[in-house]
Amino acid sequence: MKKKILAIIVAVLMMATLFAACNGSENSGELKPIAKEDMKIGFLYIGDIGDMGYSFAHDQGRLALEEAGYETVYVENVPESSDCASRIRDLIENDGCNVIYATSYGHWPYVVEVAKEYPDVYFGHATAGSEILAENLPNVTTYMGAVYESRYLAGIAAGLETKTNKIGYVAAMALPEVVRGCNAFTLGVRSVNPEATVEVIYINSWYDPTAESAAATTLMDNGCDIMAQHCDSTAPQTAAADRGLKSIGYNSPTASFNPTSYMTAPLFHWDVFYLNDVNSIVDGTWAPRNYWEGLDAGMVDLDECINMADSTKAAIEEARAKIVDGSLYIFSGEIKDNKGEVKVAAGEKMAAEDIWGMMWNVEGVIAG
Amino acid sequence: MIKIVKQNEVSKKQSILIMLGAIAIAFVISGIVIAAFGKNPFQVFAGMVQGALLKPYGIKQTLNKAIPLVVLSLGVSIAFKMKFWNIGAEGQFYFGAIGATFCVTYFPNLPAYILLPLMMVVAMLFAGIYALIPALLKVRFGASETLVTLMLNYIAVIFVDVLQSGVWKSADYMGRNHVAKYPENALLPKLFGVHIGWIFALILAVIVYILLKKTKLGYEISVLGENERTARYAGMNVTKIVILAAVLSGGICGIAGMLQATGYEGTMTDTMSGGFGFTAIITAWLANLSAPIIIVVSFLFAALLRGSEAIESSMKMSPAIAEIIQGIILFCVLGSHFFTNYKVIISKRVKTSAEKGAEKND
Repeated sequence: MKKKILAIIVAVLMMATLFAACNGSENSGELKPIAKEDMKIGFLYIGDIGDMGYSFAHDQGRLALEEAGYETVYVENVPESSDCASRIRDLIENDGCNVIYATSYGHWPYVVEVAKEYPDVYFGHATAGSEILAENLPNVTTYMGAVYESRYLAGIAAGLETKTNKIGYVAAMALPEVVRGCNAFTLGVRSVNPEATVEVIYINSWYDPTAESAAATTLMDNGCDIMAQHCDSTAPQTAAADRGLKSIGYNSPTASFNPTSYMTAPLFHWDVFYLNDVNSIVDGTWAPRNYWEGLDAGMVDLDECINMADSTKAAIEEARAKIVDGSLYIFSGEIKDNKGEVKVAAGEKMAAEDIWGMMWNVEGVIAG
Repeated sequence: MIKIVKQNEVSKKQSILIMLGAIAIAFVISGIVIAAFGKNPFQVFAGMVQGALLKPYGIKQTLNKAIPLVVLSLGVSIAFKMKFWNIGAEGQFYFGAIGATFCVTYFPNLPAYILLPLMMVVAMLFAGIYALIPALLKVRFGASETLVTLMLNYIAVIFVDVLQSGVWKSADYMGRNHVAKYPENALLPKLFGVHIGWIFALILAVIVYILLKKTKLGYEISVLGENERTARYAGMNVTKIVILAAVLSGGICGIAGMLQATGYEGTMTDTMSGGFGFTAIITAWLANLSAPIIIVVSFLFAALLRGSEAIESSMKMSPAIAEIIQGIILFCVLGSHFFTNYKVIISKRVKTSAEKGAEKND
């Protein structure tokens, strides 16, 4: 009896797999322009859209597409493992998506894997930049906001508002994106307050409210009186508010959480890229590119400035105008690293690809 | 007056009927929950079935989930048979993956027909040793294996973290902590579009079935599970049996980690288990710790997980609904065991002596 059952199970499973194999779809199409009404856009988020952070900001971009009349679907909590590849295939096979946007850095190897299988589907990947472009796939583009420009402005706020000349910075991981942002922030701080230092703690996670809060507490115990962050929850801001100290957020406006201590936050406007990208799919001008735009394109911004002196606001406005008109280039010499070595000579400008891959800390950063 | 009386014998047919009834009730309750979310439960269930079992891509995905689930359930079932509560399948799974990655990292040039078996043996060894810790602590100090195995899960993930950010970190990911992709010769081949882990899963099911039903060790494990004193009076070496069974249980969970790493993931990551180590506890119980039924239950559970993924995007339904349905099914089925063991009598009769005796026995 038992053996019979087992035999039946085996037979059913084998038939199922055989069936799966026979019907495995083969795509050999090419990229073609897609009319707006035929387009279905799938988004993959690393967290959930209620995180008030990174995934929330991307979802605002998706909602802008919906508003413009595009059909979109999304999946949340997509891990950076092979499950990511299956969720992408899912969006294509099951939901009929012909445009895919994957939003977390660690999704990129899986985007590459699936993009090869579906040459007629458009792929966009946020944050992997030159790494994913090096794969030379005709249907994969990459995009990112030059949010370091906003961080420079936030740094000006911190530099002018600090009293202890020590600013705390809770950072996610020691990756170029984070290091670059912290460097720009520090350059902003020291452009108005050369005495101030920025103390950094890496928590090795993008989203971990407990660790973020603990790191903020440590930094404030060390005498930091303003908290800034490159991680996705509002925990460092709340930790600062609990001590009556000011904070700078990230990703999305979160003033409502701590209305008396929140100063501002570097923000993304992902909708700028998403609208631009789908329009180019419609009109047939789409091509793989490294989209990395900043304040002038409206891709990044600084949230409304509150809880700071009017003179601080004016200094920020002045710097913003200079960045937008090109007269202020953030990574121009002389820049030393925090060991005292000159990295960018006086009068020189750092090239975009060097800024992209930056893994050293500028003078004034104290990384623990 | 309501009386609860111990049921003497339940026929197989009856117990299957009770089980099916429980599942039906579970789906009715789940349907009410789904309706409370403002969705049509019939549409949702249809979408799940379609996404998991009707589309070819969906079937592949269901099988990809079923494979680790079957192997892990088989692994924990050995320990559970002995009433050794191995909640550590998750950790043993990761140690299996570590063992497999160890072989790939240090012997990358071996041909596949040597490398893959080696990976499986080393995965079993690593995971078996990891399961040895709670077993030793239990037999030597009487430490609760439930707690120890549970805690070791988290430590295993940290081990993976340490390895992928340290000695095994690949330079291909621009600073990100990631182990290198396995080379071609370290990947399981595919048969019918799914990696051949499914063949290993079926073979393991046969082996575990024979082990538990036909061998001396299997007999000793079930006696020990029924009553430790009986086992001791019968002259069994309890320490040896506990250790052997725990290591075997862990070793099989390790094979699941190895299969997942080489068949599905193509590398090792710290999120690769997808929580299957915990789901396997549910499936093993629902299958009544029987190897053939484990295959069926794991397949159906994989379909449930897969189906809930499918409806997430197509119906804008949170995947948490799958967890709710899982919980409701487990609750109903385990609850139904009450009715296979007891019967409820509603009457005003005076107790008969036989029933009095039965109540005393309760």
